Amino acid sequence: MIDALGRPQSLLLLGGTSEIALAVARAWSDAHPVVTVAARPGSRRDDAVAGLRAEGFEVEVHDFDAEATDTHPALIEAVASTRDIDVALVAFGVLGDEEEAWTDHAAAVRLAQVNYTGAVSVGVCLAEVLRRQGHGTIVALSSVAGERVRRSNFVYGSSKAGMDGFYLGLGEALREYGARVLVVRPGFVHTKMTKGREPAPMSVSADQVAEAVVRGVAGRAELVWVPPLLRGVMSGLRHVPRPLFRRLPL
Amino acid sequence: MVSRALTVDADQVAETVRSAGPRGLVARGLGRSYGDAAQNAGGTVLLPISGETRMDGEDVVVSAGTSLHDLMRYLLPRGRFLPVTPGTRYVTVGGAIACDVHGKSHHRVGTFGATVVSADLVTPDGETHRIGPTQDPELFWATVGGMGLTGVLLRATLRTIPVETGWVRVDTERFGDLGSLTAAMRESDDAWTYSVAWVDTVSRGRALGRSVLSRGEHALVGDLDGRRARTPYPLPGEPRLAAPSGVPDGLVSRASVRAFNGLWFHKAPRHREGELQSLASFFHPLDGVGDWNRLYGPSGFVQYQLVVPDAAEEVVHNAVRRLAAGGHASFLAVLKRFGPANQGLLSFPVAGWTLALDLPARPGLASVLDDLDARVAEVGGRVYLAKDARLSARSFAAMYPRADEFARVRDRVDPGRILASDLARRLGL
Repeated sequence: MIDALGRPQSLLLLGGTSEIALAVARAWSDAHPVVTVAARPGSRRDDAVAGLRAEGFEVEVHDFDAEATDTHPALIEAVASTRDIDVALVAFGVLGDEEEAWTDHAAAVRLAQVNYTGAVSVGVCLAEVLRRQGHGTIVALSSVAGERVRRSNFVYGSSKAGMDGFYLGLGEALREYGARVLVVRPGFVHTKMTKGREPAPMSVSADQVAEAVVRGVAGRAELVWVPPLLRGVMSGLRHVPRPLFRRLPL
Repeated sequence: MVSRALTVDADQVAETVRSAGPRGLVARGLGRSYGDAAQNAGGTVLLPISGETRMDGEDVVVSAGTSLHDLMRYLLPRGRFLPVTPGTRYVTVGGAIACDVHGKSHHRVGTFGATVVSADLVTPDGETHRIGPTQDPELFWATVGGMGLTGVLLRATLRTIPVETGWVRVDTERFGDLGSLTAAMRESDDAWTYSVAWVDTVSRGRALGRSVLSRGEHALVGDLDGRRARTPYPLPGEPRLAAPSGVPDGLVSRASVRAFNGLWFHKAPRHREGELQSLASFFHPLDGVGDWNRLYGPSGFVQYQLVVPDAAEEVVHNAVRRLAAGGHASFLAVLKRFGPANQGLLSFPVAGWTLALDLPARPGLASVLDDLDARVAEVGGRVYLAKDARLSARSFAAMYPRADEFARVRDRVDPGRILASDLARRLGL
């Protein structure tokens, strides 16, 4: 159960090796949630699990491949069979090379499948479990890149725009069942995924995103920006005329 | 959190419990618990079961869904009263037994469970058990304080006490600090039937811990003057004020709470004897304002009530200092001296000191309360499940050593764990 101060007892990390996912787990460490790491097998997952255990977490591990959508229903049911899913974090995603992403057919399809199809797939499975439980929160890691898609990373941005819309809608659909969805829109986050890229203005760390998740779940928020100031910025950018927008250094 | 709420007749309870779905069922009274004891996400919640009330000699036979408000209105004109009444009348008899509630008389007469002569309990196998201190005491003492996890109570027979009037003679005394308050309570609480103290937990410096002790006895006919003598049994009425909805966060702030506490302290007399108060205003001051919880805004508040053994009084002093230092302002902080524990497997009271706090939910509170949990458990104390909404399963296990015995009784009457609540899930019960 999520307690009255907004702290979960169980946490499912889909894409459990992502830095943001691990930062979210650490941000809740004083609540001692059982953490289920769902990720592809390999050394990254081994390291993530070992790190969490070293910090005192009780950890369970499941194989998860975002593209293998036909395996998702069984995976989510397996996780839900041992205990309620209090918070599920949809944290997987690929950024890829921005130019390759629209010039290489295979890269484009893969990005769309992981970031959008995979996200929709687990969302539907999680919704089924949360409806049955009558409670629980899905935290979907979106991006401001999806709010107004830009030339510089439009394949990634469009996939995030799609998953963002899906999860906002899912939140509405789940309201009457007692379950919630929190959509998180970070700006540029300093992680391995973005390493070597020129940071955008108002960039944040994985820990800052994690803090926003913890606050958002406790405050029963539906949509948060990290940093919060981005809300106003993006609101303005949405209305910039296209000829001007393409000249902006974004 | 969503569950299916059902109202059924007493004779349908067994079938309803048997046919509860995979998320189980729990009975709910008036839903006044501060926590998740009567919530059951995804499952079924059984609403109060009404029925008639009648006297059986000096005992009263009452359906579990009857509120203490209605019960008192039935008893008072007959010159009877309940030996134990909690801080609100808007709870049901079933809820009062399941939470084993206490009142200002605990040091003398114990908990609500101690007033139960017998009760009828429907267990998940559909059986109705007549339980009491002498009838299946094992199941009885699991049910008293058992948070509804042993079955659904249908009705109970309760002991009542005679009262000459519906008034209380109240003595009020002010103390400048917590130490002199506890000394006075140690010394002379036993001479009073009712005793409770209010403590200022928000002021800075020397005002921290100043308190108002109020103690009372049922007034006799001879204590009443002309006007009151004409209405010796004033009946408790309905709430006269209602808090509005849509109050923003922050109304109950450190500043407003400090101002309130200052007023409360200075409005109390240094020492006054023999003031007459109606039973309702003495026992249930908050019942005069409907939906007062709304004043905390959307973030809400949590109640934290701890008890520690007499020898560990220092933990109470520490808790007050710690919360004040962290800026966690409690609108009302109540201190009471408990008498001995009973045999209830999950019953809250143990002989010693209990402190109850209303704390607005704000950042940093969770970790302060986690630390307090550890201190309380260390000295053999515990927190009150009826008010809890944030205790962890491991702290619960450390505080309630008889939880294993409780689980064994449930293995007997509910092996499939059909009775379920969010509190049970949270605490691993």
